[in-house]
Formats: sequence, structure tokens, C-alpha cells
Amino acid sequence: MGKTLYDKLWESHLVEARDDGTALIYIDRQLLHEVTSPQAFEGLRLAGRQPWRISANIAVPDHNVSTKAKERAQGLAGVKDQVSRIQLQTLDDNCAEYQIPEIPLNDVRQGIVHVMGPEQGATLPGMTIVCGDSHTSTHGAMAALAHGIGTSEVEHVLATGCLIQRKMKNFRVSVEGELPVGVTGKDIALAIVGEIGTAGGTGCAIEFAGSAVRGLTMEGRMTLCNMAIEAGARAGLVAVDDQTLRYVSQTPFAPRDAQWDQAETYWRTLHSDADAVFDREVVLDAAAIQPQVTWGTSPEMVTAISGRVPRPEDMETDTARQGLERALSYMGLEPGMLITDIRPDVIFIGSCTNSRIEDMRAAAAVLKGKRVAANITQALVVPGSGLVKKQAEAEGLDQVFKDAGMEWREPGCSMCLAMNADKLEPGQRCASTSNRNFEGRQGFGGRTHLVSPAMAAAAAVAGHFTDVRDVMEATS
Amino acid sequence: MRAFQRLEGVVAPMDRANVDTDLIIPKQFLKSIRRTGFGPNLFDELRYLDEGQPDSDCSGRPLNADFPLNFPRYEGASILLTRENFGCGSSREHAPWALDGAGFRAVIAPSFADIFRSNCFKNGLLPVVLEAERVEQLFAQMYETEGFSLVIDLEQQVVETPDGETIAFETEEFGRNCLLEGLDDIGITLQNEAVIRDFERQHQARCPWVFETLEV
Repeated sequence: MGKTLYDKLWESHLVEARDDGTALIYIDRQLLHEVTSPQAFEGLRLAGRQPWRISANIAVPDHNVSTKAKERAQGLAGVKDQVSRIQLQTLDDNCAEYQIPEIPLNDVRQGIVHVMGPEQGATLPGMTIVCGDSHTSTHGAMAALAHGIGTSEVEHVLATGCLIQRKMKNFRVSVEGELPVGVTGKDIALAIVGEIGTAGGTGCAIEFAGSAVRGLTMEGRMTLCNMAIEAGARAGLVAVDDQTLRYVSQTPFAPRDAQWDQAETYWRTLHSDADAVFDREVVLDAAAIQPQVTWGTSPEMVTAISGRVPRPEDMETDTARQGLERALSYMGLEPGMLITDIRPDVIFIGSCTNSRIEDMRAAAAVLKGKRVAANITQALVVPGSGLVKKQAEAEGLDQVFKDAGMEWREPGCSMCLAMNADKLEPGQRCASTSNRNFEGRQGFGGRTHLVSPAMAAAAAVAGHFTDVRDVMEATS
Repeated sequence: MRAFQRLEGVVAPMDRANVDTDLIIPKQFLKSIRRTGFGPNLFDELRYLDEGQPDSDCSGRPLNADFPLNFPRYEGASILLTRENFGCGSSREHAPWALDGAGFRAVIAPSFADIFRSNCFKNGLLPVVLEAERVEQLFAQMYETEGFSLVIDLEQQVVETPDGETIAFETEEFGRNCLLEGLDDIGITLQNEAVIRDFERQHQARCPWVFETLEV
């Protein structure tokens, strides 16, 4: 019987399978950031342990950093909130103490850990990758087995080089056919979460396949794998193809010369065999996917831009009806209203889901020569890394955003999780390119609608959600 | 790690599906570099009427009188009863730390999100999976009876109700053993140091590029 991509990655890192169903899996790369690592280092210190393999690790501050240029220019001293400053300082101190490579705050390579990793080639095909962050699934776009872990597991990987895991089930989601113009990796991701639900992939590694997935750029595939966790799957995967190799070959930490040839030979085997058997399969028709907008407080509460907010009376169970009523009350929406009648106050373009150069270009293409609507009180564009920022500026995209009345910020996680000063006020409604629309996620009482960068830009211009294809047509 | 063998405790409700870890412990509290102190901020946005700040005293904050965990009848509860997909979203281990800090030792639900579930096992917090119908019955019994309590016996893998009924549940063997004995799993893994080193040598021969030093 053939093997799935996940089977291959699992078997090539299997140190020991135990009778109790658990296994020791060797970890090639651990990404560290300031929020979920301090307690792990503290644990290491208290137990008197040393890192198993220092070179397995790379650290970068991202979650809690300021995105304001003035504050950033002062380095850590510019972090006004003392609790945040201590956390950022602790990452620097721990990396210095254990000699772990760290890309510091104002290095041009600094950025969101899931943007920096692939960009630097710190995460490569065939690797096992962990990070104390659930969106580690992003790196699966390069056919790496990557998943988010808790802080105790961060400590475990630091100390042992391994993770204790149970093998997950194989789930393949195929998106076949041609995507309509204006429909992106983000829309595919949201459509899949809508289809299988936020717990649909629990206990599974999801391999994304099909012609529409192969047709996505690496950035688009990262967006898709990033949101595997919103479908409950700890890991998302896409097979290696020429595009993967092209992308990887241009990164600083990629192998070179003879080592590249050896790696390429191996990486080309990283796909599911034709006769591989999956525990579950779902097939979506790419042509039927429209731009998506979430209306509720869970990513599965999503519909097409042409759709309406659902009605409680249409729900089948009491729990579902109560859940819908609670979501509508929190979101301040009327049952049955048109998605296009929803008017955001804030626009957020950024996050590990959608802050790569392609995302910046997609948003700028919609905004070029236009202004943000009068009802939008704040519009933030936060590039995913210093290198994305630099590239965008070289292409003049920053000027497009500024001319439209938007703020062009320094890289970081920013308003995706609102740990820093970038957050919604109670009741504010945001068109956001991030990944979670949970209650309070972007700020206490804040209301989040998840969309693609192009759709966020379209909403910025129109002042309400609108089909980006209409905005583009009106321009051309 | 603190061991978990047998627990008798009052049951409190979190009566909704898909409770995410942002709801369990909001992001502002993740600025802390400690493992403790999160208890007063468990379900912060539901529990209080104002916005919580890290490192601030919660004793004077206005409580949300409609939130069940604020009801006197659930005071001192150590078992949380909830619905499908509890703990979804962010991988923050601050979620089990907050539940632990607020006195919870076990959570009963029809299903849990993967990362949350594994985080529980690392912190002496037992996730108990029961069928949705069973959970529904327990909700009904809990709402009916003030002070409703359950016994959870991990050795036997049963939940005992006040009227003597026992409900079997399953936990994975490794996690159960760690909980029963209060074992540190890093210590267990390091007993295999030679096996890991051996694997590492072979792996390095196959994929040498993985072992290159990252010069930042």
C-alpha cells in the first residue's frame, strides 16, 4: 500500500514507537518567540538541563512588539508597557544564556515567526517543525510536518530534541478546477473551514491537494496551511513541486551545491503515493468558491460575499441555535441580513495568515488611486517581516496605502491577537485578514470579520463588505 | 507534576460548544513570564464587566452576575462540564494554567481540541471525554441539583454520579500513567537518550542540511 505525505514525514522522524500508542518523533527545527517560551526556559533552568541541540532552534520576537515606527526606533526601551518589555527582554536573555540564534527586534529579517521561517529557509521541506503557536501549521506548505505545541512541549523539545506524539489520521482535502478571478488561498481556507467545521480536522493532518491548490503560489499555500488549525487540524500539508523548490532555493539558509542536489532528490519524494489511502477525503469544486466573509465568532461561521447572515430558526439543534444567537448578539448583526450591508469601522491587513508580499500586492491593487471610505476610523497595514516591508516599499505599495489614508506599520503580529497596542475598542467592527474571529480576539468587545487582503481592501474603499471583483471591474 | 488519581468535586457549567482558548484566558494575560497567577483571569471577558489588565488586583472588579461561574452554588467547583471542541484555537498553555489556578482539576466534554488536550496532560488537569448524550444528561442533573458533584476515578477510568451510576471513559495510556504517577515526561524521554542519539546520527547522514548551524 502506498504512503501518504504525512506517513512519509512521520516515518522518517520516528525515533521510537511505544506499545502504548505514543511515539518519540525527532524535531528538526523549533521556532521560539517571546510569549510561549519564557516558562519553558525557566523549566529547563530549574531542572538544570541544557538544550539538546542548540542549532535546532531559532528565535524571533513578534507577538508583543510595537508596530509603531517611533517606538520601534528606540528598541526595547521604546516598549511602553513594562510587562511587555520584560517579556521581550526575557527572550533576548534566554537566547543569550543558551546561545540560541535570535533575529532581534529591529533586524530587517525580523517578523512574524511563520513569515520569517520560510523566508529565511529556516524551515525547509521534509523537516519536522514545532513552535509554541498554533499557526505553525503554516510551514506545511513546504511539505514539512509542522505543528503548534504548548509551552511544556516547547520545554520538552528544548531538552530532548523530540516530541511525544500519537500518529494522526490522514485527511485529504482536494480543491479541483480553476479558481474564479479574485478568489484566493484565504477564500479556499475559509470555505474549507465552513465545509468541515472548526473540529472537522481534529486528530488529523490535512493534506491540501488538487489542481487549485497546485495552482496557488507558495504564499497562497502558506495561507491555506496556516488555517488548517481553524479546521481543528494540528498540521496542514502540501506536496513538494517545482514551485516549492524554486521558492526554497532563493532563501538564505537553503542548502547549497552538492547538499542542495542531495536535498532536492529527497524532497522530490515528498508527496502522497498514487495508491495511498486516506482516512477521510473531501473534494471541493474550485469554480464554486466565492470570496468569503465570516459573520460570527468562530471561523466556521462563514459565507460567500453574496450570502446572508443565518437565522436561528434554521438551526437544527438547541446548542447550535443558542450558539448562533450568542454570536449574532456579540457581533451586533440581524438574522438574515445581507453580508454586503455590514459596515466595518476598522481595516486590518496583516498576520501570519496574510502579510506576505503577495498579500500586500493584492490589497494595493484594489486600493491604487482610491481612498478609504469615510466610515472607516482606522486602517492598518502591517507587513509580516522587515523584508516584506522593504520589498513592498521598493514596489511603491506603501505609498498606495498611505495615499488611500491607511497606516503603514512595522512588522509584528499586531491586531491579529491584539497583545500590543493595536486593538479594537468595544463594539468596533473590523474587516481583518487574520485567522480568528473569536470573541475579544482583536480587543475586548471587538467584532471581527475574516476576509482576504483583496476583500479587506474592497471593504475599505466601499465602507461595507463588497465583492472585490465589482470594485476591480469598476476600475478597469 | 501533580498526580491525579481520584477526584470528588462540585461540577460547574460552561454551557457552550467551541470554547476557544482566547475565551479561557484573553491575550493580555499572556504577557506574563510565569506559569501561575492566571486563576483570577479565567474566562475574564465573561466573568467581569470591565476589561481585565495583567498583574492587576481582580478583587474589586465588577462581576458579571449572569455568568454561571460567579453563582454561589458553583463556588469551589473543581470539575468543569462543557460541550464539543473545548479548548480550540491558540496553543497557549496559559489556558490549562488558568483552569488549574481557578481550582479546576478536570474538564468533561464530548470532545477537546488536540493541542489543549495535550496541554492538560502536562499540567495535572484531566480531560474526560464522554458521549454527547451523557454530557447532556449531566448538564440536566447539574442544573437540577445544587451542589451537584461527581467522582472521577482515573485508575478505574470511571465517572461516578451521586445516584451510584458509573460512566466509563477512556484516556490514552501514556497520559494516564503520567497523571496517575505525577511523572515528568522529559525525564522519561531522557531515559532514551542513547536511542535518540543513535537516530540522530542516522538522520544526519540522510539529511545533513538539517544540522547546519543557523548563523544569524
